[in-house]
Amino acid sequence: MLETIWFVLWGLLWAVYFMLDGFDLGLGALMPALAKNETDKRVIYHAMGPFWDGNEVWLLTAGGVTFAAFPATYAVMFSSLYSALMLLLFALILRGVAFEFRGKVDNPAWRGLWDACLWLGSFLPALLLGVAFANIFMGIPFDAQGVYQGTLFTLLNPYGLLGGVLFVLLFMVHGSLWLAIKSDGELADRAQAMAKRLWPALVIVAVVFLAATWVSTRLWANYLGNIALWVFPLLAVAALFATRLAMARGAWWKAWFASALTIAGCTFFGVAGLYPNLVPSSLDPAFSMTISNSASSPLTLKIMLGVALVMVPVVIAYQAWAYYTFRHKVTEEDLAYEDY
Amino acid sequence: MDVLMLSRLQFAAATFFHFLFVPLTLGLSVLVAIMESLYVSRGDQDYKRMAQFWGKLFIINFAIGVVTGITLEFQFGTNWSRYSRYVGDIFGSLLAIEATLAFFLESTFIAVWIFGWKKLSPKMHATAIWLVALASNVSAYWILAANSFMQHPVGYVLRNGRAELDDFLAIITQKWAVLEFVHTVGGAYILAGFFVMGVSAWHILRGRETALFTKSFRMAAVFALVFAVFTAINGDLSGKEVAEKQPSKLAAMESHWRTQKAAPMYLLVVPDEKNARNSLELLPIPGALSFLAFGDFSAEVKGLADIPAADRPPVLLTFLAFRVMVGLGTLFIVLAGLAWLKRKKLPQNRWLLTILVWVIPLPYLALQAGWAVAEVGRQPWIVWGLMRTADAASPIAASQVAVSFAAFILVYGLLGLAAFYLIFKYARKGPAPLAAVEGR
Ligand code: HEM
Repeated sequence: MLETIWFVLWGLLWAVYFMLDGFDLGLGALMPALAKNETDKRVIYHAMGPFWDGNEVWLLTAGGVTFAAFPATYAVMFSSLYSALMLLLFALILRGVAFEFRGKVDNPAWRGLWDACLWLGSFLPALLLGVAFANIFMGIPFDAQGVYQGTLFTLLNPYGLLGGVLFVLLFMVHGSLWLAIKSDGELADRAQAMAKRLWPALVIVAVVFLAATWVSTRLWANYLGNIALWVFPLLAVAALFATRLAMARGAWWKAWFASALTIAGCTFFGVAGLYPNLVPSSLDPAFSMTISNSASSPLTLKIMLGVALVMVPVVIAYQAWAYYTFRHKVTEEDLAYEDY
Repeated sequence: MDVLMLSRLQFAAATFFHFLFVPLTLGLSVLVAIMESLYVSRGDQDYKRMAQFWGKLFIINFAIGVVTGITLEFQFGTNWSRYSRYVGDIFGSLLAIEATLAFFLESTFIAVWIFGWKKLSPKMHATAIWLVALASNVSAYWILAANSFMQHPVGYVLRNGRAELDDFLAIITQKWAVLEFVHTVGGAYILAGFFVMGVSAWHILRGRETALFTKSFRMAAVFALVFAVFTAINGDLSGKEVAEKQPSKLAAMESHWRTQKAAPMYLLVVPDEKNARNSLELLPIPGALSFLAFGDFSAEVKGLADIPAADRPPVLLTFLAFRVMVGLGTLFIVLAGLAWLKRKKLPQNRWLLTILVWVIPLPYLALQAGWAVAEVGRQPWIVWGLMRTADAASPIAASQVAVSFAAFILVYGLLGLAAFYLIFKYARKGPAPLAAVEGR
């Protein structure tokens, strides 16, 4: 029971991480396409500035909870995905530093360098997270001892790459919607147009991904066994269409929330299909890391649950307050800070 | 090189680099918070400009600390998967709690502080930096409690082929954790104190913004002096804890080979690790080692020769690092004491100001040396008495680690250059003019 609760929380943490960091990863990846001049760029940096760091902590927490609640899974998952994770980490480092360093020297080459880091540090994580999770859905080739029997390129199979493209598109739509909310004038127009243009591509990739999931993974087994689970894929689909409807009505906040729900629905679609596995082995299902063979002791799970039940609502409350405090469109006055 | 050696080098490089930035974050956040509170309570614009000036240096430094911290957490899984499996039940939960309790608070409110100068009331704004200071120091406690479990495991049972949690309170309240926390944080505060004194001295020497920098200097001098004394005292307690629980580390710290009663401490020692002896031992202080280790001049201190070679840590490195730390610690007390005595006549004491500019790097060195003592001295164990470092690495290809290690060196090297360049640039630039601050 405790293991199952932690499994759900594990999925929830990843979902929250994708929902939040998704928009700033997507927006960073789109910056070259959206920004026409220095002011546009500064608006984009400012649209993410107060939020990205707090969002990224959800990744740290998702990783930390994997470690704490399912240490054996953490060990197998992170060592199997070694090179992909290292790439992800370096990308996130460059990106985080770009935010703080870009505006600190008034020189176009310096700024250009950090703009490139922001782009790479946004696009690559979006892609790699998608590739990693698609591979997890499909199963990773590790043996009975949890030793990985592949290379970085094993992960770059068609289904993995499709997952990567799906994540990139999901995040890009999410990010353009965020910019549509946070900016004004031409830049906002461009962001809105971008969201509308990307949406059909997202629908197509999502449909192909679902079909490929049927062929390449065993996620459907759970769905065939339990009708109730269908709420997740249905939620994802409904939210995806709601996103488009809200866009058509010019309701950008609503569109952004709907897009967040789409991301949550997609995450839970995968996670619910995995249960009771966390990371299946593609060599032999008997080797898979499951909630029962990889969980921490009941005492650890209980203490962690106590901490989570008290602290996570507190975290959500003050993060929500911070979002509320900085909810306004980016203004001239904001840009007067020399920082960005 | 094999996976084990590469992983060790990579982890060492990543932690040492991370810890070049963390101590200033720990100490400067507190100083900036005090400055801003003084501004709020007294309405003196100088304090606001101080908070903004030191705050800018804080942010540059903070950014690198944050991004390099993430890689540390993930490396336990990528490079030390056997370790993670074995102690994740305990170690993982401490890290996860650190994230939920501290990292969210820290990263949310640092953004509120950076972007909130005009959006929040002055009180609320000052509260934001206090929350950042609180969060970074709380986070230090959890990570050091986790490290203390590696130094001196308590509160566990061996079950299901791994160390499982048995007594959570015992782990987070053990003496080792408390001592490691006060010592590390004390060292970090020394560093912040010397950093602020040094940068202030540079400006005072040039007669720039003398009033503002004198205020900064005085605050930092008190801070540095208090914590220099404090850190030496609790460092002594740490030494006694090590003597009791990790005799091999203590012996390596002093390069002490023969078990003996009333062990002396030699002021000059040249270790000869190969032949299990010292090639030079000069200027003994009789019984001093026994006294420092056990508070008793005649106590018996175990020597390295009585510890099987396979259980000894690298002696030379541990020994040198310990000497450097303690030597510098003594110097800091002297310098901070002088700075405090002369605090009212700074411009007349140019020699002191000049020295203080040049010693900015020394607390950095002392902190790195301290970690070398604690971590190198713990070898060959990754978890003292429970698991050897050699058994902890991930079963992965060495080539992968070689590539990532090279990438670490390259990326961190460049980042370090950029960060130091920016810190220099802004430290020399000085605070924003008064008019600009009032306009905000
Ligand atoms: C002046 C007298 C000092 C003494 C007697 C002393 C003693 C010690 C001892 C015995 C340890 C090893 C504890 C362990 O293995 O866990 C240690 C570690 C350490 N020391 Fe010192 N120390 C002194 C000064 C300093 C100073 C001035 C700094 C930094 C500015 C510093 C920073 C550290 C750090 C970062 C560690 C590693 C963390 C820890 O284990 O507590 N120490 N010190």
